[in-house]
Amino acid sequence: MGSGVESVEIKSASKHYGAVVALDNVTLSVAPREFVSLLGPSGSGKTTLLGLLGGFIQPTSGSIHFGERDVTLEPPHKRNIGVVFQNYALFPHMSVGENVAFPLRARRLPKADWPAKVRGALAMVGLAGYEERGVAQLSGGQRQRVALARAMIFEPRLILMDEPLSALDKQLRESMQIELRQLHKRIGATIIYVTHDQREALTMSDRVAILKDGRLIQIDKPAQLHDHPADSFVASFIGEASLLPVRRIDSGSVALGPATLRSARAIPNGDALMLAVHSEKLLIDDGADNAALNRLTGTVTDVVYQGESLRIFIALPDGTALSLRQPSHHEAYRRIPPVGGPLTVTLHPEDTIIVPKAAE
Amino acid sequence: MTHSTPDLSLRHHRREQGLMLALASPALLVILLLIVLPVGWLAWQSIYHDGFTLENYRRIFSEAIYWRSFSLTFQISLLVTVLALLLGYPIAYAASVVPKGWSVLILALVILPFWTSVLVRAYAWLALLQRTGVVNQFLQYLGVIDEPLALVHNTFGTVVATVHILLPFMVLPLYATMQKIPHDLMQAGASLGGSPSHTFWRIFLPLSLPGVLAGTTLVFVLCLGFYITPELLGGGRTVMVSLLVSRNVELYDQWGAASAVGVVLLLSVLVIFLIVGRFIPLDRILGQK
Repeated sequence: MGSGVESVEIKSASKHYGAVVALDNVTLSVAPREFVSLLGPSGSGKTTLLGLLGGFIQPTSGSIHFGERDVTLEPPHKRNIGVVFQNYALFPHMSVGENVAFPLRARRLPKADWPAKVRGALAMVGLAGYEERGVAQLSGGQRQRVALARAMIFEPRLILMDEPLSALDKQLRESMQIELRQLHKRIGATIIYVTHDQREALTMSDRVAILKDGRLIQIDKPAQLHDHPADSFVASFIGEASLLPVRRIDSGSVALGPATLRSARAIPNGDALMLAVHSEKLLIDDGADNAALNRLTGTVTDVVYQGESLRIFIALPDGTALSLRQPSHHEAYRRIPPVGGPLTVTLHPEDTIIVPKAAE
Repeated sequence: MTHSTPDLSLRHHRREQGLMLALASPALLVILLLIVLPVGWLAWQSIYHDGFTLENYRRIFSEAIYWRSFSLTFQISLLVTVLALLLGYPIAYAASVVPKGWSVLILALVILPFWTSVLVRAYAWLALLQRTGVVNQFLQYLGVIDEPLALVHNTFGTVVATVHILLPFMVLPLYATMQKIPHDLMQAGASLGGSPSHTFWRIFLPLSLPGVLAGTTLVFVLCLGFYITPELLGGGRTVMVSLLVSRNVELYDQWGAASAVGVVLLLSVLVIFLIVGRFIPLDRILGQK
């Protein structure tokens, strides 16, 4: 499989519905065999972008290229891409086998080849022997797998997935994420995956594209996105960050209220800056005399037990709220004061992320 | 105390049953009064006239006029149903795929004729199709024909007017079924390589079959008993079963004969549906999820 895999390129694509701008000048290229997620809140344009790739909607301006070819005006059935829809879109009047064989029939492939191909595709998604079942008899997870088998059987150059796991319960969703990841490695297809779940995007993708109000804000590897957000929107969307307004002092330090924080990273120019504090980067001050660390002291306002970890909320003297995470370990319990008690936390200059404030 | 418990629950159960019967009785009474009694009375009329007799049925099966009329009625009904389906399917399809505002307009145009009586519409067709009617005059003006065509007072006129009058009964069930077909099934079909026509034949059409079944059944059954249109536009030459019934009553005062015709029509419809039900997997078409 995967012989026809090609790169995908979106060049300055925009989509307007009257006065509403659903997609605003998005340029994005996806390498062959890459797994890219489109992540954003609802209304960010990610489904519009998927519709453009699938050929279900036409861009107002801009173009779309598969490999060398401009496919902007090509109808969906000529694009040779597999689409997995949010609610699976399985054909209710066909059996599992007929559903999976649909792309073969549509392409007028010799009928003698169908059974072997269908068997192979179903085996790939762990549903060997389900050919005769009716769609109505399947569970949500099984329908998801059938939709996947149907989208893969014709060895498409690109597979699009529109929040395919959103209808599944948490446990099944997480196991399907891992399965999809492994499947992607095995078949080596290019996959573009739409989701609003940041953890899902980080788990599965080679790169994640963050969209907001129809614009592409940042596209990067998950770790880059997490540690080097382009602005405060990305920082708030990825991971669990508190955003605090800060003032630039010089190229290596900012002021957070009366306190001065040093950062080992380049501090962007401009007046509207935010400090993005990921809750896992804050550590409880162990009293060691390390002058290089930034220190913040506040009052504990709440301690929330969340199974494998504890989330501790503190308020700085000026009322600014922060949170940090500690593994629920005996050692941590010992060091957290009761609610109302003082707590000093440290933030390493390498983890002191200063981002420009995103436009509202 | 213990031994009286089953007795109590039994009495409770009986009371509940009695209550259910009491609640259902108005509906049962309506069915009894409006359907069972008249049909029973009809059937009784056909076999009892100063003693039991099968004379009415013997006439139906021996006289050619009856056989011709039944055969003509079924032929016309079948033709009307097919034409209504061919005209109604594209209309319902258009209404189901265009934006909401347009679909309301299309359906309004389909339903609008309902606001005028069947009689008025039949006369309107008469005015349009007669020898000196709009259609003939226009064709003569264009020079397409020299002599007026016989468009009315025959089977042609009957079929045209009947199709027009029964079309809403085809369009509405079709539309109801079609607009429930999820749009992303068509998108899925296209993305998987199905051309628009392939996607239509393999996905849309099969999923719209329940509506086709409902529409064709309604139109066919209504057409079998249609009276005013064949009476006005058939010109006495297109004798459908309903006309046979009315003539037996009005001209010859033969209530028994008229009843027998009605009973035979009713039974033949039931037989047709039993046969159709055997060959078309109705439960599969109607029961799909």
